[in-house]
Amino acid sequence: MDCEGERMITKRIIACLDVHGGRVVKGVQFIDLVDAGDPATQAARHAREGADEIVLLDITATHEGRATLLDTVRRTARELFVPFCVGGGIRTADDAAQVFEAGADKVSVNSAALKDPMLIDAIGRSFGAQAVVVAIDARRDPGAVDPVRDAQVFVQGGRKPAGRRVVEWAREAEARGAGEILLTSMDSDGTRAGFDCELTAAVSEAVGIPVIASGGAGTVEHFADVFGRGKADAALAASIFHFGVSSARSLKQELAKAGVSVRLPC
Amino acid sequence: MRVTVIDYKAGNLTSVLKALRHLGAEPEVTGGDLSLVASAERVVLPGVGHFQATERLDATGLTTAIRAAITRGVPFLGICVGMQWLYAGSTEAPQQPGLGHFAESCTRFRESTEKVPHVGWNSLEVKAGSRLLAGVDPGEYVYFTHSFKGPVTGDTAAASFYIEPFAAAVERGNVMGAQFHPEKSGATGLKILRNFLGWTAKVSA
Repeated sequence: MDCEGERMITKRIIACLDVHGGRVVKGVQFIDLVDAGDPATQAARHAREGADEIVLLDITATHEGRATLLDTVRRTARELFVPFCVGGGIRTADDAAQVFEAGADKVSVNSAALKDPMLIDAIGRSFGAQAVVVAIDARRDPGAVDPVRDAQVFVQGGRKPAGRRVVEWAREAEARGAGEILLTSMDSDGTRAGFDCELTAAVSEAVGIPVIASGGAGTVEHFADVFGRGKADAALAASIFHFGVSSARSLKQELAKAGVSVRLPC
Repeated sequence: MRVTVIDYKAGNLTSVLKALRHLGAEPEVTGGDLSLVASAERVVLPGVGHFQATERLDATGLTTAIRAAITRGVPFLGICVGMQWLYAGSTEAPQQPGLGHFAESCTRFRESTEKVPHVGWNSLEVKAGSRLLAGVDPGEYVYFTHSFKGPVTGDTAAASFYIEPFAAAVERGNVMGAQFHPEKSGATGLKILRNFLGWTAKVSA
């Protein structure tokens, strides 16, 4: 029963599904959306093919879309036995409660938490810190003393500054009871030129909770880089599965060769 | 198969219920109907969040009812905080006693350069002869999310390593516990829950 050796917690590859009106969609910056299938089918496929976790982001996020979303969450959760996080349009603790009841293990909150940070406390109190992911969309601030640590938090898909700095907002989220930070670099998002490793490392070093890196993945090396230099605990994979890398398993097999600790076989 | 799942308002039960149903069990939830515990054939105590939440078990009489069920020989599985509750207590809520089935107490991971909570998939070192973890091979992974943990002792059915060795699963007589979430641990987790459901015990009337 000794626990010596090189064993350590693995880096997580999280499959992200953008959902609109109950269907998975693909598109650059939420423009030119293309139907990419049924969320329940896609989530089950990713789990089967080695994803460590599934994130479902509802990009409809309208009031009318809530019932559709809950139905989608229910159907997706039914046969999913890996952690399942749902984000998009969660504005109140009651919204979160409905999503949990439908089968989510975690919720991701973004602009609603910026507007009312107490939302983080409220969800954490009822469902535990492990159930609250605070999503932060950030953009480097070239005019700041430290463009990375002082990166600006954005809302509305990166169009509108929220008036907060990324490191201090991540720290506040942690203090309020967030369990994880989902950090998206709006500079890198959609470029397929790599994660913003400096930004990810700055946030990861500033908080004691796991940081999930998002935005910019194009190659296996980009993942290895963000787990190394970027000090990320997990990384979100979305479009990489449409460009060359066929599954989380093949991504993880390549990462293992590069010396990254991942869950294999899976 | 009837499984009595205890609801003490410590997080969300949906995932546990879903996994049990997937395996063919018929879970029933009780938040305070002690007669369901008194007649239980199998008990699962889930739980996420803070150890302090277990005070509700004392306040509702569930602690006494569960203790009686365990004495009758009913198979019992505690998950996450539900496993921690089997110990004498936890430094997370020093004033709140646990069941004391295991004499030790749970403590926070020690200060290090690693992050706490321990979140993610980690491997298990399974003790030979464990019934809960039968068929789990070296190198299989399970999903954890926690900041406090029990020590490795003779009752440890599987150890994991994060910052230090800790009890990933415990097992003594009809009482079992998992610090990880079998309901969120893919095929490995379902195998572990199936072991629990398939375990036949001598239950006295």
